[in-house]
Amino acid sequence: MNILQTLEHEEAQRLKALRATPAFQPGDTLRVNVKIKEGERERIQAFEGVCIARAGEGVQENFTVRKISFGEGVERVFPVLSPMIDSIEVKRRGAVRRAKLYYLRERRGKSARIAERQMTQAERDEPKGPTEA
Amino acid sequence: MRTGVIAKKLGMTRFFDEGGAHVPVTVLALDGCQVVAQRTQEKDGYVALQLGAGAKKVKNTSQGMRGHFAKALVEPKHTIAEFRVSEDNLIDVGAELTADHFVPGQRVDIQGTTIGKGFQGGMKRWNFSGLRATHGVSVSHRSLGSTGQRQDPGRTFKGKKMAGHLGVETVTTQNLTIVRIDVERGLLLVKGAVPGSEGSYVKVSDAIKKALPEGAPKPGGFRKTGEDKSAPAVEAASAPEPEETVIEPTEAEAPAAEASNEGGENQ
Repeated sequence: MNILQTLEHEEAQRLKALRATPAFQPGDTLRVNVKIKEGERERIQAFEGVCIARAGEGVQENFTVRKISFGEGVERVFPVLSPMIDSIEVKRRGAVRRAKLYYLRERRGKSARIAERQMTQAERDEPKGPTEA
Repeated sequence: MRTGVIAKKLGMTRFFDEGGAHVPVTVLALDGCQVVAQRTQEKDGYVALQLGAGAKKVKNTSQGMRGHFAKALVEPKHTIAEFRVSEDNLIDVGAELTADHFVPGQRVDIQGTTIGKGFQGGMKRWNFSGLRATHGVSVSHRSLGSTGQRQDPGRTFKGKKMAGHLGVETVTTQNLTIVRIDVERGLLLVKGAVPGSEGSYVKVSDAIKKALPEGAPKPGGFRKTGEDKSAPAVEAASAPEPEETVIEPTEAEAPAAEASNEGGENQ
Protein backbone atom coordinates (compact mmCIF):
# COMPACT_ATOMS: atom_id res chain seq x y z
CA MET A 1 0.00 0.00 0.00
CA ASN A 2 1.19 3.51 -0.68
CA ILE A 3 1.05 6.18 2.00
CA LEU A 4 -2.27 7.57 0.84
CA GLN A 5 -3.94 4.16 0.98
CA THR A 6 -2.40 3.49 4.38
CA LEU A 7 -3.80 6.76 5.75
CA GLU A 8 -7.25 6.03 4.34
CA HIS A 9 -7.15 2.53 5.77
CA GLU A 10 -6.22 3.83 9.23
CA GLU A 11 -9.00 6.41 9.11
CA ALA A 12 -11.51 3.75 8.02
CA GLN A 13 -10.45 1.48 10.88
CA ARG A 14 -10.82 4.32 13.37
CA LEU A 15 -14.31 5.18 12.11
CA LYS A 16 -15.41 1.54 12.03
CA ALA A 17 -14.47 1.22 15.69
CA LEU A 18 -16.78 4.12 16.56
CA ARG A 19 -20.00 2.59 15.24
CA ALA A 20 -21.12 -0.77 13.93
CA THR A 21 -22.56 -0.75 10.42
CA PRO A 22 -25.02 -3.53 9.49
CA ALA A 23 -24.67 -5.33 6.17
CA PHE A 24 -27.06 -3.87 3.62
CA GLN A 25 -27.30 -3.58 -0.13
CA PRO A 26 -29.30 -1.67 -2.76
CA GLY A 27 -32.99 -2.51 -2.54
CA ASP A 28 -32.99 -2.69 1.24
CA THR A 29 -35.21 -0.34 3.20
CA LEU A 30 -33.11 1.54 5.74
CA ARG A 31 -33.73 3.78 8.69
CA VAL A 32 -30.75 6.11 9.04
CA ASN A 33 -30.59 7.92 12.37
CA VAL A 34 -28.76 11.17 11.74
CA LYS A 35 -27.32 13.38 14.47
CA ILE A 36 -28.44 16.97 14.12
CA LYS A 37 -26.84 19.81 16.05
CA GLU A 38 -29.10 22.70 17.02
CA GLY A 39 -26.93 25.20 18.82
CA GLU A 40 -25.78 23.34 21.91
CA ARG A 41 -28.34 20.55 21.80
CA GLU A 42 -27.95 17.44 19.71
CA ARG A 43 -30.90 15.37 18.62
CA ILE A 44 -31.49 12.45 16.31
CA GLN A 45 -33.56 12.57 13.17
CA ALA A 46 -34.46 9.48 11.18
CA PHE A 47 -34.37 9.28 7.40
CA GLU A 48 -36.20 6.20 6.22
CA GLY A 49 -36.24 5.01 2.63
CA VAL A 50 -34.88 2.61 0.04
CA CYS A 51 -31.15 2.32 -0.50
CA ILE A 52 -30.80 2.83 -4.25
CA ALA A 53 -27.00 2.84 -4.60
CA ARG A 54 -23.71 2.21 -2.90
CA ALA A 55 -20.49 3.70 -4.29
CA GLY A 56 -16.83 3.97 -3.42
CA GLU A 57 -14.89 2.02 -0.87
CA GLY A 58 -13.21 2.48 2.48
CA VAL A 59 -13.39 5.97 3.89
CA GLN A 60 -14.89 7.26 0.63
CA GLU A 61 -17.80 4.80 0.52
CA ASN A 62 -21.28 6.28 0.43
CA PHE A 63 -24.87 5.17 -0.09
CA THR A 64 -27.98 6.88 -1.42
CA VAL A 65 -31.35 6.62 0.32
CA ARG A 66 -34.54 7.59 -1.53
CA LYS A 67 -37.92 8.25 -0.02
CA ILE A 68 -41.15 9.94 -1.00
CA SER A 69 -41.76 12.87 1.31
CA PHE A 70 -45.10 14.71 0.99
CA GLY A 71 -45.47 13.42 -2.56
CA GLU A 72 -42.00 14.57 -3.57
CA GLY A 73 -39.05 12.24 -4.12
CA VAL A 74 -36.13 13.02 -1.79
CA GLU A 75 -32.69 11.48 -2.02
CA ARG A 76 -29.90 11.80 0.48
CA VAL A 77 -26.31 10.60 0.14
CA PHE A 78 -24.51 9.53 3.31
CA PRO A 79 -20.89 8.48 3.78
CA VAL A 80 -21.09 4.93 5.18
CA LEU A 81 -18.55 5.72 7.91
CA SER A 82 -19.80 9.22 8.72
CA PRO A 83 -19.70 10.03 12.45
CA MET A 84 -22.84 12.13 11.89
CA ILE A 85 -24.82 8.89 11.54
CA ASP A 86 -25.90 7.56 14.91
CA SER A 87 -27.03 4.18 13.62
CA ILE A 88 -28.42 2.40 10.58
CA GLU A 89 -31.30 -0.06 10.85
CA VAL A 90 -32.23 -2.44 8.06
CA LYS A 91 -36.03 -2.53 8.00
CA ARG A 92 -36.59 -4.80 5.05
CA ARG A 93 -34.42 -6.70 2.59
CA GLY A 94 -35.29 -6.19 -1.07
CA ALA A 95 -34.76 -8.54 -4.00
CA VAL A 96 -33.31 -6.56 -6.91
CA ARG A 97 -31.18 -7.37 -9.93
CA ARG A 98 -29.28 -4.10 -10.26
CA ALA A 99 -26.56 -2.44 -8.22
CA LYS A 100 -28.00 1.02 -8.93
CA LEU A 101 -31.77 1.41 -8.69
CA TYR A 102 -32.00 4.74 -10.51
CA TYR A 103 -35.00 3.42 -12.44
CA LEU A 104 -37.04 3.98 -9.28
CA ARG A 105 -36.83 7.73 -9.96
CA GLU A 106 -39.25 7.41 -12.87
CA ARG A 107 -41.64 5.19 -10.96
CA ARG A 108 -44.31 5.86 -8.39
CA GLY A 109 -46.63 3.73 -6.30
CA LYS A 110 -47.29 0.18 -7.38
CA SER A 111 -44.50 -0.02 -9.98
CA ALA A 112 -41.93 1.26 -7.50
CA ARG A 113 -42.42 -1.68 -5.17
CA ILE A 114 -39.53 -4.02 -4.44
CA ALA A 115 -40.13 -7.67 -3.59
CA GLU A 116 -38.83 -8.95 -0.30
CA ARG A 117 -35.62 -10.97 -0.50
CA GLN A 118 -35.96 -14.47 0.84
CA MET A 119 -32.97 -15.44 2.92
CA THR A 120 -31.72 -18.89 3.72
CA GLN A 121 -31.04 -19.81 7.31
CA ALA A 122 -27.29 -19.58 6.69
CA GLU A 123 -27.60 -16.04 5.38
CA ARG A 124 -29.68 -15.02 8.38
CA ASP A 125 -27.03 -16.33 10.73
CA GLU A 126 -24.21 -14.73 8.83
CA PRO A 127 -25.34 -11.74 6.78
CA LYS A 128 -23.32 -11.16 3.63
CA GLY A 129 -22.54 -7.68 2.49
CA PRO A 130 -19.82 -5.21 1.70
CA THR A 131 -19.78 -3.82 5.24
CA GLU A 132 -19.65 -6.12 8.14
CA ALA A 133 -20.44 -4.83 11.58
CA MET B 1 11.35 34.63 9.90
CA ARG B 2 11.68 30.85 9.91
CA THR B 3 12.60 28.64 7.02
CA GLY B 4 9.97 26.65 5.15
CA VAL B 5 10.32 23.14 3.77
CA ILE B 6 10.19 21.46 0.38
CA ALA B 7 7.54 18.74 0.32
CA LYS B 8 6.26 16.28 -2.24
CA LYS B 9 2.55 16.32 -3.03
CA LEU B 10 1.19 12.78 -2.72
CA GLY B 11 -2.50 13.43 -3.34
CA MET B 12 -5.77 14.19 -1.64
CA THR B 13 -8.07 12.24 0.66
CA ARG B 14 -10.68 12.96 3.33
CA PHE B 15 -10.97 12.77 7.10
CA PHE B 16 -13.72 13.33 9.60
CA ASP B 17 -13.04 15.68 12.51
CA GLU B 18 -14.34 15.33 16.07
CA GLY B 19 -17.57 17.10 15.21
CA GLY B 20 -18.14 14.61 12.40
CA ALA B 21 -17.54 17.18 9.67
CA HIS B 22 -15.77 16.05 6.54
CA VAL B 23 -12.30 17.59 6.04
CA PRO B 24 -10.63 17.41 2.61
CA VAL B 25 -6.87 17.13 3.02
CA THR B 26 -3.80 17.15 0.80
CA VAL B 27 -1.03 14.81 1.90
CA LEU B 28 2.50 16.25 1.59
CA ALA B 29 5.59 14.16 2.28
CA LEU B 30 8.97 15.41 3.48
CA ASP B 31 11.25 13.52 1.18
CA GLY B 32 14.75 13.91 2.65
CA CYS B 33 14.47 17.69 2.96
CA GLN B 34 17.97 18.81 4.03
CA VAL B 35 19.85 22.08 4.33
CA VAL B 36 22.32 22.21 1.43
CA ALA B 37 23.85 25.66 1.93
CA GLN B 38 23.58 28.86 3.90
CA ARG B 39 23.46 32.34 2.39
CA THR B 40 24.92 34.92 4.73
CA GLN B 41 25.00 38.70 4.85
CA GLU B 42 28.82 38.89 4.65
CA LYS B 43 29.22 36.52 1.74
CA ASP B 44 26.03 36.90 -0.29
CA GLY B 45 24.46 40.15 0.87
CA TYR B 46 21.28 38.43 2.10
CA VAL B 47 20.38 35.71 4.59
CA ALA B 48 18.70 32.52 3.40
CA LEU B 49 18.80 28.75 3.60
CA GLN B 50 19.18 26.58 0.55
CA LEU B 51 17.22 23.36 0.97
CA GLY B 52 17.17 20.28 -1.21
CA ALA B 53 14.64 17.46 -1.34
CA GLY B 54 14.10 14.16 -3.12
CA ALA B 55 16.68 11.69 -4.37
CA LYS B 56 18.56 12.05 -7.63
CA LYS B 57 20.96 9.59 -9.24
CA VAL B 58 24.61 10.63 -9.08
CA LYS B 59 25.06 9.90 -12.79
CA ASN B 60 22.31 12.39 -13.60
CA THR B 61 23.89 15.10 -11.47
CA SER B 62 26.27 17.55 -13.12
CA GLN B 63 29.87 17.76 -11.90
CA GLY B 64 29.29 21.23 -10.55
CA MET B 65 26.27 20.17 -8.48
CA ARG B 66 28.06 17.02 -7.31
CA GLY B 67 30.74 19.28 -5.85
CA HIS B 68 28.09 21.48 -4.26
CA PHE B 69 26.36 18.52 -2.58
CA ALA B 70 29.70 16.96 -1.59
CA LYS B 71 30.67 20.17 0.20
CA ALA B 72 27.48 19.94 2.27
CA LEU B 73 27.91 16.16 2.78
CA VAL B 74 24.39 15.41 1.52
CA GLU B 75 23.09 13.05 -1.16
CA PRO B 76 22.31 14.65 -4.53
CA LYS B 77 18.87 16.25 -4.39
CA HIS B 78 16.09 16.28 -6.98
CA THR B 79 14.93 19.80 -6.18
CA ILE B 80 16.63 22.80 -4.62
CA ALA B 81 15.02 25.97 -3.28
CA GLU B 82 16.01 28.92 -1.13
CA PHE B 83 14.05 30.29 1.81
CA ARG B 84 14.77 33.76 3.19
CA VAL B 85 15.27 33.61 6.97
CA SER B 86 16.34 35.97 9.71
CA GLU B 87 19.88 35.43 11.03
CA ASP B 88 18.81 33.78 14.28
CA ASN B 89 16.84 31.19 12.32
CA LEU B 90 19.75 29.80 10.33
CA ILE B 91 20.07 26.00 10.53
CA ASP B 92 23.32 24.06 10.14
CA VAL B 93 24.12 22.56 6.76
CA GLY B 94 23.13 18.88 6.55
CA ALA B 95 20.25 19.09 9.05
CA GLU B 96 17.13 17.27 7.89
CA LEU B 97 13.83 19.06 8.47
CA THR B 98 11.07 17.06 10.12
CA ALA B 99 7.29 17.35 10.12
CA ASP B 100 7.24 18.84 13.63
CA HIS B 101 8.63 22.01 12.08
CA PHE B 102 4.95 22.90 11.81
CA VAL B 103 2.25 22.79 14.48
CA PRO B 104 -1.25 21.40 13.85
CA GLY B 105 -3.68 24.27 13.42
CA GLN B 106 -0.98 26.53 12.04
CA ARG B 107 -1.56 28.44 8.79
CA VAL B 108 0.91 27.99 5.94
CA ASP B 109 1.46 29.34 2.45
CA ILE B 110 2.17 26.72 -0.20
CA GLN B 111 3.84 27.48 -3.51
CA GLY B 112 3.81 25.09 -6.42
CA THR B 113 3.69 24.87 -10.20
CA THR B 114 0.17 24.39 -11.51
CA ILE B 115 -0.85 21.57 -13.84
CA GLY B 116 -0.35 22.49 -17.51
CA LYS B 117 -3.55 22.91 -19.54
CA GLY B 118 -1.96 23.70 -22.92
CA PHE B 119 -3.41 26.30 -25.34
CA GLN B 120 -6.82 27.30 -24.06
CA GLY B 121 -9.55 29.68 -25.22
CA GLY B 122 -10.80 32.78 -23.45
CA MET B 123 -13.66 31.02 -21.69
CA LYS B 124 -11.47 28.58 -19.79
CA ARG B 125 -8.47 30.87 -19.40
CA TRP B 126 -10.15 34.11 -18.35
CA ASN B 127 -13.72 33.03 -17.56
CA PHE B 128 -15.14 34.92 -20.54
CA SER B 129 -18.79 34.18 -21.11
CA GLY B 130 -18.56 33.42 -24.84
CA LEU B 131 -21.33 34.15 -27.32
CA ARG B 132 -24.98 33.06 -27.18
CA ALA B 133 -26.12 29.54 -27.91
CA THR B 134 -28.84 30.73 -30.35
CA HIS B 135 -30.05 34.02 -31.90
CA GLY B 136 -28.00 33.61 -35.05
CA VAL B 137 -24.63 32.79 -33.51
CA SER B 138 -22.82 30.50 -35.91
CA VAL B 139 -19.70 28.40 -35.26
CA SER B 140 -18.27 30.93 -32.76
CA HIS B 141 -20.11 30.06 -29.53
CA ARG B 142 -16.90 30.01 -27.47
CA SER B 143 -15.14 32.95 -29.13
CA LEU B 144 -13.82 36.02 -27.29
CA GLY B 145 -16.05 38.66 -28.88
CA SER B 146 -14.61 42.08 -29.55
CA THR B 147 -10.96 42.85 -28.81
CA GLY B 148 -11.11 46.63 -29.17
CA GLN B 149 -12.76 49.80 -30.56
CA ARG B 150 -12.85 51.36 -34.08
CA GLN B 151 -10.42 53.31 -36.25
CA ASP B 152 -9.47 55.27 -33.17
CA PRO B 153 -7.41 53.76 -31.47
CA GLY B 154 -7.21 51.29 -34.36
CA ARG B 155 -5.24 48.70 -32.47
CA THR B 156 -5.69 46.12 -29.73
CA PHE B 157 -4.32 47.26 -26.42
CA LYS B 158 -1.39 45.43 -24.92
CA GLY B 159 -2.33 43.00 -22.20
CA LYS B 160 -5.75 42.22 -23.74
CA LYS B 161 -6.95 38.90 -22.35
CA MET B 162 -6.98 36.39 -25.15
CA ALA B 163 -6.58 32.69 -25.82
CA GLY B 164 -3.15 31.27 -25.03
CA HIS B 165 -1.16 28.99 -22.82
CA LEU B 166 -2.71 28.13 -19.46
CA GLY B 167 -1.09 26.45 -16.47
CA VAL B 168 2.55 25.64 -15.60
CA GLU B 169 2.85 28.85 -13.62
CA THR B 170 4.04 29.39 -10.09
CA VAL B 171 1.10 29.88 -7.75
CA THR B 172 1.05 30.47 -4.00
CA THR B 173 -2.01 29.42 -2.05
CA GLN B 174 -2.15 31.37 1.20
CA ASN B 175 -3.43 30.50 4.67
CA LEU B 176 -3.93 26.75 4.36
CA THR B 177 -4.41 25.02 7.71
CA ILE B 178 -2.14 22.19 8.88
CA VAL B 179 -4.62 19.54 10.02
CA ARG B 180 -2.21 16.91 11.22
CA ILE B 181 1.49 16.10 11.23
CA ASP B 182 3.20 12.73 11.28
CA VAL B 183 6.85 12.87 12.32
CA GLU B 184 7.52 9.13 11.90
CA ARG B 185 6.44 9.05 8.28
CA GLY B 186 7.35 12.67 7.57
CA LEU B 187 3.86 13.73 6.52
CA LEU B 188 2.07 17.07 6.56
CA LEU B 189 -1.70 16.98 6.12
CA VAL B 190 -3.06 20.27 4.87
CA LYS B 191 -6.71 21.22 4.62
CA GLY B 192 -7.74 22.02 1.07
CA ALA B 193 -6.08 21.89 -2.31
CA VAL B 194 -2.45 22.65 -3.13
CA PRO B 195 -1.20 23.80 -6.56
CA GLY B 196 0.58 21.21 -8.71
CA SER B 197 0.24 17.65 -9.85
CA GLU B 198 0.69 14.61 -7.65
CA GLY B 199 4.37 13.84 -7.25
CA SER B 200 5.43 17.45 -7.75
CA TYR B 201 7.45 19.37 -5.19
CA VAL B 202 5.96 22.37 -3.40
CA LYS B 203 7.37 24.97 -1.00
CA VAL B 204 5.62 25.10 2.38
CA SER B 205 6.31 28.13 4.58
CA ASP B 206 4.71 29.93 7.52
CA ALA B 207 1.78 32.10 6.46
CA ILE B 208 2.89 35.70 6.00
CA LYS B 209 -0.56 37.05 6.84
CA LYS B 210 -1.04 35.12 10.11
CA ALA B 211 1.01 35.19 13.29
CA LEU B 212 3.21 32.21 14.03
CA PRO B 213 1.69 30.08 16.83
CA GLU B 214 3.62 30.05 20.11
CA GLY B 215 4.36 26.33 20.00
CA ALA B 216 6.21 26.52 16.70
CA PRO B 217 9.89 25.54 17.16
CA LYS B 218 12.57 28.10 16.37
CA PRO B 219 14.75 27.97 14.32
CA GLY B 220 12.84 24.88 13.24
CA GLY B 221 12.04 21.20 13.68
CA PHE B 222 14.92 19.12 12.33
CA ARG B 223 17.33 16.32 13.07
CA LYS B 224 21.05 16.86 12.72
CA THR B 225 23.34 14.88 10.45
CA GLY B 226 24.17 11.40 11.70
CA GLU B 227 21.40 11.45 14.27
CA ASP B 228 19.11 8.46 14.48
CA LYS B 229 15.85 8.80 12.64
CA SER B 230 13.88 7.62 15.62
CA ALA B 231 15.04 10.52 17.78
CA PRO B 232 14.07 13.76 16.11
CA ALA B 233 15.68 16.73 17.79
CA VAL B 234 13.75 19.91 18.18
CA GLU B 235 16.16 22.79 18.44
CA ALA B 236 14.00 25.04 20.48
CA ALA B 237 14.25 26.37 23.96
CA SER B 238 10.68 27.54 24.13
CA ALA B 239 8.99 24.89 22.08
CA PRO B 240 7.05 21.97 23.48
CA GLU B 241 7.19 19.10 21.05
CA PRO B 242 3.97 19.13 19.05
CA GLU B 243 3.79 15.50 18.03
CA GLU B 244 0.18 14.50 17.97
CA THR B 245 -2.71 15.62 15.93
CA VAL B 246 -5.51 18.01 16.55
CA ILE B 247 -8.11 15.90 14.98
CA GLU B 248 -7.43 12.30 15.76
CA PRO B 249 -8.11 11.13 19.30
CA THR B 250 -4.91 9.87 20.90
CA GLU B 251 -6.01 6.31 21.61
CA ALA B 252 -6.30 5.65 17.89
CA GLU B 253 -2.85 7.07 17.29
CA ALA B 254 -0.76 4.33 18.92
CA PRO B 255 -1.69 1.36 16.72
CA ALA B 256 -1.73 3.67 13.73
CA ALA B 257 1.87 4.64 14.34
CA GLU B 258 2.95 0.99 14.51
CA ALA B 259 1.21 0.13 11.28
CA SER B 260 2.80 3.11 9.62
CA ASN B 261 6.31 1.93 10.47
CA GLU B 262 5.83 -1.22 8.48
CA GLY B 263 4.33 0.71 5.59
CA GLY B 264 7.21 3.16 5.62
CA GLU B 265 9.86 0.46 5.29
CA ASN B 266 8.21 -0.96 2.22
CA GLN B 267 8.31 2.33 0.41
